[in-house]
Amino acid sequence: MAGRVLSVDLERRFVRGPTITARFELDLDAGEVLALFGPSGAGKTTILRCLAGLERPDRGTIVAAGRTWVDAARGTFIAPQARRIGYLPQGSALFPHLSVAENVAFGVEGRAAPERDDQVRVLIELLGLQGLEHRRPAELSGGQARRVALARALARRPLLLLLDEPLSALDAPTREELRLELRTQFARFGTPTVLVTHDRTEALVLADRVAVIVEGAVRQVGPTADVFARPVDPAVARIVGVDTLVPGTVRAARDGLATVEVGGRELRAVSDLGPGSAVLVSLRPEDVLLVPAGHQLAGLSARNRLPGRIVSVEPLGALVRVGLDVGFPLRALVTRQAFDELGAGPGQELVALVKAPAVHLIAVGPSRVEAAGAG
Amino acid sequence: MDWQAIWLTARLAFLVTVLLLALGTPLAHWLAFSTRRWRGLVEAVVALPLVLPPTVLGFYLLLAMGPAGPLGRLTETLGLGLLPFTFPGLVVASVVYSLPFAVQPLAVAFAAVDRSLIETSWTLGRSPLQTFLRVTAPLSAGGFLTAAVLTFAHTIGEFGVVLMVGGNIPGVSRTISIAIYDRVQALDYDGAAALALPLLVVSFAVLAVTYTIRGRAGGTGGRDRRSGDGAGSAPRPAPAQRWPDAS
Repeated sequence: MAGRVLSVDLERRFVRGPTITARFELDLDAGEVLALFGPSGAGKTTILRCLAGLERPDRGTIVAAGRTWVDAARGTFIAPQARRIGYLPQGSALFPHLSVAENVAFGVEGRAAPERDDQVRVLIELLGLQGLEHRRPAELSGGQARRVALARALARRPLLLLLDEPLSALDAPTREELRLELRTQFARFGTPTVLVTHDRTEALVLADRVAVIVEGAVRQVGPTADVFARPVDPAVARIVGVDTLVPGTVRAARDGLATVEVGGRELRAVSDLGPGSAVLVSLRPEDVLLVPAGHQLAGLSARNRLPGRIVSVEPLGALVRVGLDVGFPLRALVTRQAFDELGAGPGQELVALVKAPAVHLIAVGPSRVEAAGAG
Repeated sequence: MDWQAIWLTARLAFLVTVLLLALGTPLAHWLAFSTRRWRGLVEAVVALPLVLPPTVLGFYLLLAMGPAGPLGRLTETLGLGLLPFTFPGLVVASVVYSLPFAVQPLAVAFAAVDRSLIETSWTLGRSPLQTFLRVTAPLSAGGFLTAAVLTFAHTIGEFGVVLMVGGNIPGVSRTISIAIYDRVQALDYDGAAALALPLLVVSFAVLAVTYTIRGRAGGTGGRDRRSGDGAGSAPRPAPAQRWPDAS
């Protein structure tokens, strides 16, 4: 890679606790947003704190734009003061004794007055904090406090922005509003960002790339849509919200299309796996379409027709999660309206449709055979 | 009224308070944040004057400051003479005696400052010293006030250590408490009362004002040391306070 990158390969051990390892890269020139995504206690915050210089990795290196921040073997450790980062710990951490303007200016106080004041004024404007300059943090709403904290972190024009659960502990409307705003601000400032989250929507909306962290290790790194559609293992699949994960065997493979046997049914999937491969079939619930039994569909590109029966119905506000038995358990997520139009209830027969590209196969066991070109 | 004793006591208490805030701040900071194993030992040494009888402490200080003691040899080498029965000797002894009254409130206050505020300050480019001056110290204002008041009040009221190290020399080491003792020994109860009552009133007034200020600061949440997260954050219980017992 010709451009500037952040390259992380580290290990942090705890005396009474898990060992955290992380390995990933981030393109700094592209202003990429990477989400460290995983369940609570997986070690996401520890990795972020290592990047911020607040924790020392026991092994490994962190190199940012050609500068070594950490090299445990050589004892290199750049202090947080010298890393040019914008760090946002969980819950804003605004200085309670300083006003909004003083908080924003905190990281640039040493600079020449005109440049500093301009910078602070611009940030206060961009983040919609006009009129609040003289307030104390205790007089701000949760959403306003996060904006101030973001402005404070951005004021130093950081090389890298580090956000720990930027939307945690906010009420739902504020969280949604701020989530969209964060996305806008990321695009506007173009500051490369690493953020920690355990929230799927947050990862999907905010991150260009996702690093899935399970039990202290990075299991999968890739473009957000990719990781969510094609998890590499069952643990990742569960975390990215795959509801259906059933074992199967590849029976035939042709032109990049595999035919998989699952629970007595055959499914078509886009995959390079060869015949005989033991796989886990991973299906996202929103990729399952439900139609009445016997319904004739013309011109629909769905490749898989799965007749079955409804076993459970779980209303989730605007959406309904439907449990089906189609020879194997299958979960579907449909809109309330679509579900009502089906007039469906438990026990009813219907047909589930799934496009071949939405069927993701995770290879398990030793019988992994790469399909040798076109058959 | 023994104005000489009052003036001497006020000077002593003021000097000791200033010196102890200066010495106690770094020591308290170290106690609040160090993870060293021998931190507990240092804490025990700092707290020792709380439990030792003043005569014991005074006795060892007298030995240390004497011509054969390490402190005495140091001051003689430096050409300062010997400290016992001098005003500077009294200051040194009082600093040791009141050490926990300054260090403990400061250490409690520093430790109660939200760690993430300190770390955020570092990531914003502030050195540890700048962070202390700009974040930790202002958020520990109540701790400084408590430390100063307790040190001042404790120094005004000390007796045993003064008697052991300073003796009873008018203008040099005869503090109010020694003067009161003197009067009582001479059965001059009126003279003793003339000194005792003001001491009681001043001590009570200073403590009452201090605790009222601190109580108000903690009650409104307006200027407390919690990190600001707007209205969304749950109130956190006040940190446990370990004030030394006023002996």
